[in-house]
Amino acid sequence: MLMQRLLLSDRGGMVVLGIIAVATLLIPILNLAVPPDSPFYVSNYMVALLGKFLCFALLALSVDLIWGYAGILSLGHGAFFALGGYAMGMHLMRQIGDRGVYGHPELMDFMVVMNWESLPWYWQGFDMFWFAMLMVLLVPGLLALVFGFLAFRSRVTGVYFAIITQALTYALMLAFFRNEMGFGGNNGLNDFKEILGFSISAKGTRVGLFVTSAVMLILAYMACRYIVTSRMGRVILSIRDAESRTRFSGYKVESYKLWLFVFSSMLAAIAGALYVPQVGIINPGEFSPLNSIEMVIWVAAGGRGTLFGAIVGAFSVNYAKTFFTSWSPEAWLFILGGLFVLVTLLLPNGLVGLFNRFRRKLKHELPEEEEKADDESELKSGGNQ
Amino acid sequence: MTDNCHHTLWRSLSRFCLFFVFAITCSATLHAQDEAAVNAEVTEAPTFEELVYQLVQGNLRQMGEAVDALTELDNPRVVDVFDALGSGDLYADRSEPPTIAIRHNNGSTTEFFTGAPLLDETVAELRQVRINNRLRSQLRTLMAQLSINDESVDVRYNAVRRMIRDGVDEDTITLLQDRQRIESAARVNGAIATALALYELRSDQPTRRLEAISILRGSLEREARNTLRQLSENDPDEEVRTAAENALNSIAGKMRFFRFIETVFFGLSLGSVLLLAGIGLAITFGVMGVINMAHGELIMIGAYTTWMVQQLFPDLIQWSLLIAIPAAFVVSGLVGIAIERGVIRFLYGRPLETLLATFGISLILQQAVRTLFTPLNRSVSSPDWISGVLTINPVLSITYTRLYILIFGLLVFAALMLVMKRTSLGLKVRAVSQNRAMARAVGVRSSWVDALTFGLGSGVAGIAGVALSQITNVGPNLGQAYIIDSFMVVVFGGVGNLWGTLVSAMSLGLINNFLEPYAGAMLAKVMVLIMLILFIQKRPKGLFPQKGRAAAD
Repeated sequence: MLMQRLLLSDRGGMVVLGIIAVATLLIPILNLAVPPDSPFYVSNYMVALLGKFLCFALLALSVDLIWGYAGILSLGHGAFFALGGYAMGMHLMRQIGDRGVYGHPELMDFMVVMNWESLPWYWQGFDMFWFAMLMVLLVPGLLALVFGFLAFRSRVTGVYFAIITQALTYALMLAFFRNEMGFGGNNGLNDFKEILGFSISAKGTRVGLFVTSAVMLILAYMACRYIVTSRMGRVILSIRDAESRTRFSGYKVESYKLWLFVFSSMLAAIAGALYVPQVGIINPGEFSPLNSIEMVIWVAAGGRGTLFGAIVGAFSVNYAKTFFTSWSPEAWLFILGGLFVLVTLLLPNGLVGLFNRFRRKLKHELPEEEEKADDESELKSGGNQ
Repeated sequence: MTDNCHHTLWRSLSRFCLFFVFAITCSATLHAQDEAAVNAEVTEAPTFEELVYQLVQGNLRQMGEAVDALTELDNPRVVDVFDALGSGDLYADRSEPPTIAIRHNNGSTTEFFTGAPLLDETVAELRQVRINNRLRSQLRTLMAQLSINDESVDVRYNAVRRMIRDGVDEDTITLLQDRQRIESAARVNGAIATALALYELRSDQPTRRLEAISILRGSLEREARNTLRQLSENDPDEEVRTAAENALNSIAGKMRFFRFIETVFFGLSLGSVLLLAGIGLAITFGVMGVINMAHGELIMIGAYTTWMVQQLFPDLIQWSLLIAIPAAFVVSGLVGIAIERGVIRFLYGRPLETLLATFGISLILQQAVRTLFTPLNRSVSSPDWISGVLTINPVLSITYTRLYILIFGLLVFAALMLVMKRTSLGLKVRAVSQNRAMARAVGVRSSWVDALTFGLGSGVAGIAGVALSQITNVGPNLGQAYIIDSFMVVVFGGVGNLWGTLVSAMSLGLINNFLEPYAGAMLAKVMVLIMLILFIQKRPKGLFPQKGRAAAD
């Protein structure tokens, strides 16, 4: 019954999750067991890259959950991602111990440089993994709770919400750039040594992180699927399509939005926490408004309102980014900018919508008019047939 | 204390030597002049040009003679030569006749006689005209003498202040007393009184010291403060000590007041920058309801237009800003109309999509500028009339750039108000924004009005770019730095309300500047942003929300 609800009714999702599951099984083998000169060998670079993409896919999922289903456009989701990343980074920094450049048993290198006497209170406890993981969820979750509570209660919606979330992440970026904040300022946190006792640069650790990211993504997908197919999910959809009407029907719109927002922020934070050990650095640049808005375009390009569309979008846009930045860094911003314009103008349902339209055309050869109507109803229902 | 004594002793000694040397050279020149008078029929007195050539080519003795001869000339440019020579800004090359150049504070180098800009090859050949300490002090005294009797009040005032800074001694006292008898400007008289009082403070009679203290009561000069502080601690006379103490307190109160004024001015100045950046957005976002994330890039285009104007007309730097204002308006306005016709018009009624699409446009514009003009910052030069500092008193000084931008921001605001309230375009814009269907029904071409309104907002952004090019770096990222601020200004002020934009820009500027001393620049900005976020929660429609039907959507 649950299986039917979560997976079987969602063919696109099944395909995408299937591919991810197969990759999760195959890539560790191809990376660890196959000799490097074999054509089937997957390089370390590729593992790191795909691991990064998995984190981005999780992030895109979190954005899609609130934007695609509740119609809340957050241009500050990068803040939650970065906060999760900082919490993880703080744990990894504490793990360095006295192996830093200055060899101080407790203080980070940048604190020694600033002549700090002792560890600030907010760095306490991060040497324990469980505590750090708790903070990964709690800090962004609390921020989202407070921020969302204030915003939704005053009925800040649509564009206004987008702009103040952007201001939020901008303010956090400025704050984290300050050295006095005690988060490494401009340079952020880096030079990590080990995670849970495993060397962070070891091949096995990288593969382990990759698999963890993939499993997290699949679990998060299931959770999102559970939410959107539940009764709550239906209410959320109706909030997106007719907020006042839902409110007048007696639903507490604010509470629904708030809990979804908090859940989504935690997903973003998990993505950040998985991302940091894989790239080995977290700095205030992750808070930049551009990052947050890029996430939105992954979702838009993949297909807003379909959970697997977000994953498809995150992978395809980021793959394109990797490809084009190595081919010609100048071209990438043109392409990204063009993507924003083209997707909003021509592909309101993203790649998934394009694919669906294409497939239907092959199958039924629908007349133009009906197809359009069909497309619209798909957007309205969030595309989860 | 002993250090100080040494210093004064050494200084007066060196002054004495100088005076001696000066007297000798003077008599020498007098002799020379006598001779010249004798041979008047044969050789004429050297002209200004000849003396300047002698100054840069001769050895130190000849230089001294040239300096003296120059002092005798009644040429207004003598002060320039001395000033440049004294501060090491006078340059010459080894050709015959030598090219003489002055290096200005902004780094540019111009030919001395004509003021024309020099070729790079010529500049490379220039050597600094070196002087020794003796000549430098001689110059300083001469300069003081010349400038204290200058026609311009500003020059006289600054000359007196320089004397106060350098310390007053017997020579300068006579100069000052002479001047005091004929001086008419109150500002200069005040400064002279301060200088004389500072000298009087050294007197050994307590009554004279007390009298001097009462004169220094209102003075804001740093020297006056320092001397009074020393006096309040070390004076043998009890009465003098308390008087000095009181004077210091009254000075401190006065200084607090002027610091406050300064903060207000800087706040308003920042506010005017925010106003300029935000007011175009107030039109496109506030009136039309279009989220234009490329607004910052339109500002950037305006700034680049200023740079282009200066590149195209290098001879017209003085006028470049006046040319750039309409040029930037047209260029940014056209780009804006292109954006509206090309993208935004398909997205009316879908604000979130508009936001994303215009963000894409902003990325494209940034990258286009980066590809066309390189990612490096471009230097836009400032005309002379806009640079410089307006010194109101020793504590309060205002840069002209900021003053002009403040005025300019208000002018742009007034002009925009006029357009919106008094012209047919403004009427149509308001009609369309209030009720599109009805406006169309009475014959307004709404799509045409949309394009023009967007063009107007974008053009104003371009004008903001001209102003910003004078105070920040002109580079591809210029726009990004202002986009969030501009949105905050509009949202804080209340969407669709130009007056609200004015009030919110100014108050944000003021709040920011009043927080800065306590929190530092970065944290002040963060605090303002957080305050704004909280404020929007409280009043989602801004300070001055629209009322009635227009507010319905």
